[in-house]
Amino acid sequence: MIIDHPLLGPRDSSEFTYMGDAALIDRPDPEAEDAAQAFYEYAYLRDNPAGWHRELWFHEAGDRSWLVVTRNTLTHEISNVELARDVARSRGRSA
Amino acid sequence: MHDLTPTPALGVEARTIGSVTITENSGVALASVAARRGESDVCANGLKALLGAVPEVGRAVLHDPEAGFWMGPDQWMIGAPMATHEDLADQLKVRFGTAASVTEQSGAWVVFDVTGDSMPDLCELLCNIAIRKMKAGDVQRTVIHQLGCFVIRRASDDHIRILGPRAAAGSLHHALVTAAKSIAQAPGTAEGRPVA
Amino acid sequence: MRMKTAAQKNRLQGGQIDRETELTFTFDGKRYRGHGGDTLASALLANGVRLMGRSFKYHRPRGPVSAGSEEPNALVELRSGDRQEPNTRATTAELFDGLQARSQNRLGSLSFDLLAVNDRLSNFLTAGFYYKTFMWPKAFWEKLYEPVIRRAAGLGSLSLREDPDVYDKGFLHCDLLVIGAGPAGLMAALTAARSGVDVILADEDFRMGGRLNAETLTIDAAPAADWAARTVAELADLPNVRLMPRTTVIGAFDHGIYGAVERVSDHLAAPQPDKPRQILWRIYTRRTVLAAGAIERPIAFQNNDRPGIMTASALRTYANRYGVAVDRRAMIFTNNDDGHRTAADLQAKGIKVIVADVRPETPRALDYEVLAGAQVTDTMGRLGLTFVKLQLADGSERMVECGALGVSGGWNPNVHMTCHHRGRPQWNERLAAFVPDSRPGGLPEGMTVAGAANGDFSTAAALEGGARAARAVLDLRGALPEIPKAEDRPVRLQPFWQVKGAGRAWIDQQNDVTVKDVTLSHQEGFRSVEHLKRYTTLGMATDQGKTANIGGLAIMAELAGKSIPEVGTTIFRPPYTPVAIGVLGGRHRGQQFHPKRLTPSHAWAQEQGAVFVEVGNWLRAQWFPRTGETTWRESVDREVLATRGSVGVCDVTTLGKVDVQGADAAEFLNRIYCNGFAKLPVGKTRYGLMLREDGIAMDDGTAARLAEDHFVVTTTTANALSVYRHMEFVRQCLVPDMDVQLISTTEAWAQFAVAGPKARRVLEKIVDQDISNDAFPFMACANVTVCGGLRARLFRISFSGELAYEIAVPTAYGDALIRRIMAAGAEFGITPYGTEALGVMRIEKGHAAGNELNGTTTALNLGMARMVSTKKDSIGAVLSRREGLNDPGGLRQVGIRPADRADQIPAGAHLMAATGPVDAAHDQGYVSSACYSPTLGHHIALAFLKNGANRLGETLRVVSPLTGVELAVEVCSPHFVDPEGDRLRA
Repeated sequence: MIIDHPLLGPRDSSEFTYMGDAALIDRPDPEAEDAAQAFYEYAYLRDNPAGWHRELWFHEAGDRSWLVVTRNTLTHEISNVELARDVARSRGRSA
Repeated sequence: MHDLTPTPALGVEARTIGSVTITENSGVALASVAARRGESDVCANGLKALLGAVPEVGRAVLHDPEAGFWMGPDQWMIGAPMATHEDLADQLKVRFGTAASVTEQSGAWVVFDVTGDSMPDLCELLCNIAIRKMKAGDVQRTVIHQLGCFVIRRASDDHIRILGPRAAAGSLHHALVTAAKSIAQAPGTAEGRPVA
Repeated sequence: MRMKTAAQKNRLQGGQIDRETELTFTFDGKRYRGHGGDTLASALLANGVRLMGRSFKYHRPRGPVSAGSEEPNALVELRSGDRQEPNTRATTAELFDGLQARSQNRLGSLSFDLLAVNDRLSNFLTAGFYYKTFMWPKAFWEKLYEPVIRRAAGLGSLSLREDPDVYDKGFLHCDLLVIGAGPAGLMAALTAARSGVDVILADEDFRMGGRLNAETLTIDAAPAADWAARTVAELADLPNVRLMPRTTVIGAFDHGIYGAVERVSDHLAAPQPDKPRQILWRIYTRRTVLAAGAIERPIAFQNNDRPGIMTASALRTYANRYGVAVDRRAMIFTNNDDGHRTAADLQAKGIKVIVADVRPETPRALDYEVLAGAQVTDTMGRLGLTFVKLQLADGSERMVECGALGVSGGWNPNVHMTCHHRGRPQWNERLAAFVPDSRPGGLPEGMTVAGAANGDFSTAAALEGGARAARAVLDLRGALPEIPKAEDRPVRLQPFWQVKGAGRAWIDQQNDVTVKDVTLSHQEGFRSVEHLKRYTTLGMATDQGKTANIGGLAIMAELAGKSIPEVGTTIFRPPYTPVAIGVLGGRHRGQQFHPKRLTPSHAWAQEQGAVFVEVGNWLRAQWFPRTGETTWRESVDREVLATRGSVGVCDVTTLGKVDVQGADAAEFLNRIYCNGFAKLPVGKTRYGLMLREDGIAMDDGTAARLAEDHFVVTTTTANALSVYRHMEFVRQCLVPDMDVQLISTTEAWAQFAVAGPKARRVLEKIVDQDISNDAFPFMACANVTVCGGLRARLFRISFSGELAYEIAVPTAYGDALIRRIMAAGAEFGITPYGTEALGVMRIEKGHAAGNELNGTTTALNLGMARMVSTKKDSIGAVLSRREGLNDPGGLRQVGIRPADRADQIPAGAHLMAATGPVDAAHDQGYVSSACYSPTLGHHIALAFLKNGANRLGETLRVVSPLTGVELAVEVCSPHFVDPEGDRLRA
């Protein structure tokens, strides 16, 4: 596969390490009342759909960016690639 | 002044195989510079003052005595002659202050210069980069013989510089040499491989 | 002395062979001659040899069916000794002088194969026979039936020696990849190349031109092969074209990545020195034109597998390209006009030809006999065809004496590569064949198909199709280039798959699958094409049914009373043709399987005679044997005692190091470590434990605060990469606005542990600053200088439990520093120690390592529960508090020692009560690390024991049913040596 890195352009997927569901960005609030349940779901109940999926890929043999890759797991079609840091910020993560 | 003698990563002589020459270059001091949060502009100005320009994504600024290339978002590698810049990291720390995080990298890398007409053929056996489309100053991080390396296309057309992990210098050199032998044309033949 | 060889009795005039070059080769030990440009098959046929192998199951005599890579039958062993290579297609093996070839799958000689008895047993060896016939008694399967069947059925044999050749892998990039260099491929490449884009043209053959080399057609009034040669020459002169003959594109992978195997040296007896035998290329292309041609298909009839029976086009190729008559008398059995083209070509070469055409209406023949409405009903000839039996249109029979029978059931577009992304070829009624699915999404992205592969069977259509495909796929503007003039005959064919009869008619010759097998499979309910394939093995093995599949489908359709498109088709997967494992491995074998990472003290350690061990890719000194030491234990015990008694030194460069800088560096470490770092003063180091988000321990190490905004984090050697990746994940994805920058510095610093009561005395001679206990206490860290000014880092940390330091200098000075440390320590008898002594000392001290941080243990298990701060958020903190992980009776790390101090405790053994049953239900825990402690003089171990913290002093049993060990042990503190830590702080 070829991943169109937002900064570096098309790069072979063999340069990347895969970590699955990009929902890992949405780490629950540890202070919340239901933190235990929320973390349980966060750690264990991840999606693995046959079809479009937002996934985390790490450009290990490249610029060390984590990317969010929107990929169809049936066809390997990739429709969008974003820097995970940008995605994280857009989802309200900061420090 | 201390009295310890440095050793090169490999300490091998330059080797010419066919039309490719592979030379270990122990004379490069290296340090990384990463912009602190909110200091991108200050850091960029520092780089500009140092190199004449800020290396863009995937690019190097081949400047003397310091040169630099882009490593990742807000992160650059600076190189300079070891003879005059052994304390490069300290120099950069002074220059950038709290605008950037500076890390000494001299010891982490082995540097090979590869030159010669068949350099692109060599690259095709070594790593997944479109070497024939690379221009002077293009830099790519890639994998050679399972090792994460930087490949920098230098000013002269037939020259690349490879930065590889120092501890694996022997394996990397072996990979370069075997690939060079593989593409070298047998003496007396006009072409390496039959075309048709 | 030159051995005598017979004349090439079936060699004709003409062809694309080099008659000036005479090559000598052997087949089954007998010597023959051929020419440059021959394949092994064409040269053998020129010498009158039709019999080239025995079939897979029935050991039937077999000869080539084709003249190309689709060959199911003529598989031979090439070369000898360590270069012996089984299952090579004689039809593609390029002849070279001195080639040695042998037939395979025979017991005895090829002409008298003892296993030919299987042919008489064929009633027991039908489809799925191994599921039925040999089921009983059960034990006989493994011991008797399977070995016997495997011995009898099979292909070639391996040399069982190491391959002496090398293989390369490489990467190519282009705008257009053209697969196949026939008329369509050449025109596509030419059209694209003239527009200036980068083109790769790959063809599996050693001579480009495809069928143009095998035809008597003309292009622009000149022989087609000449046009092909001229076009190839023009392409070769263009700087933007890379011609790759002898290169098989094996697969279409995602996003325009193609795999290709270039056979660099297969046409030589041995590769040139240092040159690869083959290269596996990964080709990255924007667009692809697939011009893979078409494959002629056979017709099934009784005994259609005798040597001398092949596709009509193969007969034509042998005659036109190689100047070879398979026999001077030939028959053609056809259902279409193309069979007549073969007949005309053979007749023109002086071969006597008769055509049996199943159609009542046939083209008018000029100079050969045509039997309209005739069918071949049987053949004769024990080791090769001698007679063909025909049923004529009027029902009468006729015997024809001939040694060659060319069969043409029509042509199948070569759709293999169009299926690699699960594309399903579509049935074309006019051609009675499957053609590529040209609807949107039907082909791999970026691919277009041209020429015969697309069902355009005339030369003119192929030439134009190639040019148009290149233009379309590259979006080129401007006029179509001039298309050379060539024949444009339409396809005329009457679908015809089998001649009905009582005897066996082969569909898949490689797997010995007959019409009967397909019928049986249908009767037994295997009615999907995929089931048919698995049950009968139709279309499996080296040729993957390139000539067989369609025949099987047609017969299945007939049995089911359906049309072929209703039955459907199996699809193809990579690779297109078999690929040697060697080329997939490339250079990564033997010593080069992985890169080797050497520590900065490697050369010095080698001088000391160190024994090395691989840790990840690192080579680390395991121990340093001295003269007179006969076992590793002697060396290790000495190293431990010397270190604890005086001072030792060990290279610890391999531990991962990450430079963490930025205003939020401390807060960042607070987040990744379960224990606190915010308040760690500058100049201090702290042990840190990282958890995974699920609460399980991930890795441990130290973080040294060199400045307010600068830490150096260490990781274990094994987890250096994954911990760095995790830290980047946290930085970029969880805390994107923290001011923190990371970079690995593992290899930037050479780092040595100097440990033992005399460690300070040694380092005082090296470090330029005051390192007294007051100035540089336990867990201190600092940037220092050594040997009169070299920048260095010093950490007062200890894995061994002794007074210890780790000192780091830029890697280039590592060799000099280890020699200086040894010199400085000489007066104290400083002893280098390896990873074994390191391991013994950490077990004696009760420090967890990889065996304890094994992916199942928590901080609580490790006895570090209090480290998990509840005052702050850190990765894994929430889930570490789960009830299930906090069972008071759960596993705790303890020490154990044998009740009889002479006993040895095996690592991995389980703990059971002192008496009672030994089973999983009574399991109390397990031993994670064990060693002999030279300090204590007996074996010791670390273990995880249920409720262990409260069971010190108990006696338990250690059992290892695997090794038969069962012995009594005592539970004790895991800190065997210096539990109070006085030595550390000395």
